[in-house]
Amino acid sequence: MNLKLKIWRQKDAKDAGRMVDYNISDVSPDMSFLEMLDVLNEDLNNKGEDPVAFDHDCREGICGMCSLHINGEPHGPDRGITTCQLHMRKFKDGDTIYIEPFRAKAFPVIKDLVVNRSAFDRIQQAGGFISVNTSGNTQDANAIPIQKHNADLAFDAATCIGCGACVASCKNASAMLFVSAKVSQFALLPQGRIEATERVLNMVKKMDEEGFGNCTNTGACEVECPKGISLENIARMNREYLFASLK
Amino acid sequence: MALDSKIPNGPISDKWTDYKDHINLVNPANKRNIDVIIVGTGLAGGSAAATLAELGYNVKAFCFQDSPRRAHSIAAQGGINAAKNYQGDGDSTFRLFYDTVKGGDYRAREANVHRLAEVSANIIDQCVAQGVPLAREYGGLLDNRSFGGTLVSRTFYAKGQTGQQLLLGAYSAMNRQIGRGKIQMYNRHEMLDLVVVNGKARGIIARNLVTGELERHSAHAVVIASGGYGNVFFLSTNAMGSNATAAWKVHKKGAFFANPCYTQIHPTCIPVSGDHQSKLTLMSESLRNDGRIWVPAKLEDAQAIREGRLKPTQLAEEDRDYYLERRYPSFGNLVPRDVASRAAKERCDAGYGVNKTGEAVYLDFASAIMRYGKEQARIKGFDDSDAALVKKLGTEVIENKYGNLFQMYEKIVDENPYQTPMMIYPAVHYTMGGVWVDYNLMTTIEGCYAIGEANFSDHGANRLGASALMQGLADGYFVLPYTIGDYLAKDIRTGKIPTDLPEFEEAENNVRTQLERFINNKGTHTVDHFHRRLGKIMWDKVGMARNAQGLNEAINEIAALREEFYRDVKVPGTMDSFNQELEKAMRVADFLELGELFAKDALHRNESCGGHFREEYQTEEGEAQRDDENFAYVAAWEYKGKPSEAVLHKEQLVFDNVKLVQRSYK
Repeated sequence: MNLKLKIWRQKDAKDAGRMVDYNISDVSPDMSFLEMLDVLNEDLNNKGEDPVAFDHDCREGICGMCSLHINGEPHGPDRGITTCQLHMRKFKDGDTIYIEPFRAKAFPVIKDLVVNRSAFDRIQQAGGFISVNTSGNTQDANAIPIQKHNADLAFDAATCIGCGACVASCKNASAMLFVSAKVSQFALLPQGRIEATERVLNMVKKMDEEGFGNCTNTGACEVECPKGISLENIARMNREYLFASLK
Repeated sequence: MALDSKIPNGPISDKWTDYKDHINLVNPANKRNIDVIIVGTGLAGGSAAATLAELGYNVKAFCFQDSPRRAHSIAAQGGINAAKNYQGDGDSTFRLFYDTVKGGDYRAREANVHRLAEVSANIIDQCVAQGVPLAREYGGLLDNRSFGGTLVSRTFYAKGQTGQQLLLGAYSAMNRQIGRGKIQMYNRHEMLDLVVVNGKARGIIARNLVTGELERHSAHAVVIASGGYGNVFFLSTNAMGSNATAAWKVHKKGAFFANPCYTQIHPTCIPVSGDHQSKLTLMSESLRNDGRIWVPAKLEDAQAIREGRLKPTQLAEEDRDYYLERRYPSFGNLVPRDVASRAAKERCDAGYGVNKTGEAVYLDFASAIMRYGKEQARIKGFDDSDAALVKKLGTEVIENKYGNLFQMYEKIVDENPYQTPMMIYPAVHYTMGGVWVDYNLMTTIEGCYAIGEANFSDHGANRLGASALMQGLADGYFVLPYTIGDYLAKDIRTGKIPTDLPEFEEAENNVRTQLERFINNKGTHTVDHFHRRLGKIMWDKVGMARNAQGLNEAINEIAALREEFYRDVKVPGTMDSFNQELEKAMRVADFLELGELFAKDALHRNESCGGHFREEYQTEEGEAQRDDENFAYVAAWEYKGKPSEAVLHKEQLVFDNVKLVQRSYK
């Protein structure tokens, strides 16, 4: 396949940035999207041009490092995957592909397609944990049976990879899906109930401070989430937040 | 220098308890005056950072990714072993110990492995207390599955995302300490050298990958938790950024590097599709609980399948060769990884491969789907002779167990594995070798520790499935916090280590020189070009089967490639900016040295054991033939300026509790 690429280039955080056109030929449909960018970069490098910076690591859809807004959608046109799992067979010969970084005030661009998502870490640091020290003396793991249904829901929420697609897809750049996934995971487990009140209040406060917008229930985040994190988690977090505020 | 493993005396089951009873402790007020650097934030580094901070030490943690949550432990799929015996199927600490030593083909240190088995149960308790959502049964208790090389079900799991859930548990424990200010987290930082002062590890030189700035960080101890070196093969199941640089830099500063040739080639990975391939994807070993591995029994059928004239589902049962079940009736599809990988290679080399390249075998779930479907139909009171219904119910069970893996497969290969068998082939996955450590997990440099995959200690020549997560968390949560305290107790009066010492100056200058060299080189080929060529040499001559001639060739070819790399590599951009090509250049430079030592180690080990298979040393049935008389030792290499001049030190392995026999899974 031969493709036209329009890629966001931005030298550093201070640079204004702009879209730049590239042509790429002989793209195999079996390539992943990032392998296609590897080929482009090899080519740019050989021509003495600066390769396009983009984040990536595991290339199997679990580390959450890769991002990219492709043709206006986080992680591109396919569903339930990250950019590294997107394959070129989803495109056809002659297509023009727009590639941009995830856009949000809380995710400033570092270079080209690389953004800084450490706001997510700071939200987790505000309460995304259970305060139990490592001692080797915690009770036996089977001492508290947990209903399979709740354990499964907690697991589903816990599969969030922290990629930021929810924020990038949201017109308000809201991080509600991300935050609610962690709040839900712990709210559904007896171990997590002990600190539930402080957790939801602290995490939401931090989320607001970091400059993420609010949720207006459009649901784009759920559609674009590579792990299919459900909007029900946002409802659960709202419930948790309301109870916590009334305490 | 003689290697002292510092294994405590006494019976194996008492060693760790006795050791803990008699070590030096640091009082809480003094811990506040002690700094520890941890490089890497995977299961080992993350759990160590959290635990040491909980204890009161000041921790500085470093990762090259944009968040500690992205470390490659996140990608571990199948599960974590623990001797809980929740299934009542005869498991025990001793059995886990025994299986691990046997699985490692009798090339691991008994005392370390026993300690690992002892603390394994604590790991599960700890993780559940942290809110890690491990899989449960309907009664609310934890579920288990089986992994290769064992006859019990001791593997705890969270669908095919166990590593993710355990790592996020460790990450949450880290976050709590970052929030309290007890861990200072340095994201997008890469360690580029170790600083040794008066024989002790006292700090590191790190590069801020966003600004390019070189930074000096001091501490009373340095812990390397940077994972394995599988990317020396270019194509592996490791993440793109996984690298050996931190481990290799400590090696060059005096830490011995042990058993580099012990590499795990994992039997169930998605086959290579073309030249553009940047990495390989694992399909969890847990799939072998339910998947049956086969190739066509007749060569003409294999050829017809390769040419697309025949579909695997059209092949009758009697025309299929379930070669693992045939060769190893007692363990069947659940033989250890090294055995399964070699068996796949043997069939493909004989011409029975099933994809275009001839390098793939089938992993088939059809019979598991029908078996589960029938069971579900009976439970639910449906007609179990209704094939369509049974298939539907069975598919749901499989989806529930392995859904994310099947989805990954479908996205990559563009085939539905519920309807047609998966194609798989072995790929580089894990490295058992690594930095040599004693019982305390300390390297041959005082105050420098190595934990998790970065060290060599627990898996011998072959790691069993679901044991890497166990070892990473055991080292970080339950072992290092004791052993490092014993060392740091001597450092309570030292005070802060200044970073203006000449040793810091020198290390920083050396790093700067290397970086400048790459930027100013202006060669003609990219870093990836050299990395791919290194990978090809490694895979062809130092891969699944090795022989003396190939290894000698590899040693020469790698040395020549390294020279060419320094002469001709091209790195664009500048040093003082975000520069991914420069990052890669630094890592590949180290792989080009490690690869040569790897081949040299493989050449010197005139036996086959576990993941190290020398064609000259095999039994009549093609199984690995060990030479216990001459090679029951750890090969620890000392750096002497060039890999070719590395000096071999031997740590003799003593087996008091396990009898050395020919490993049999028949």
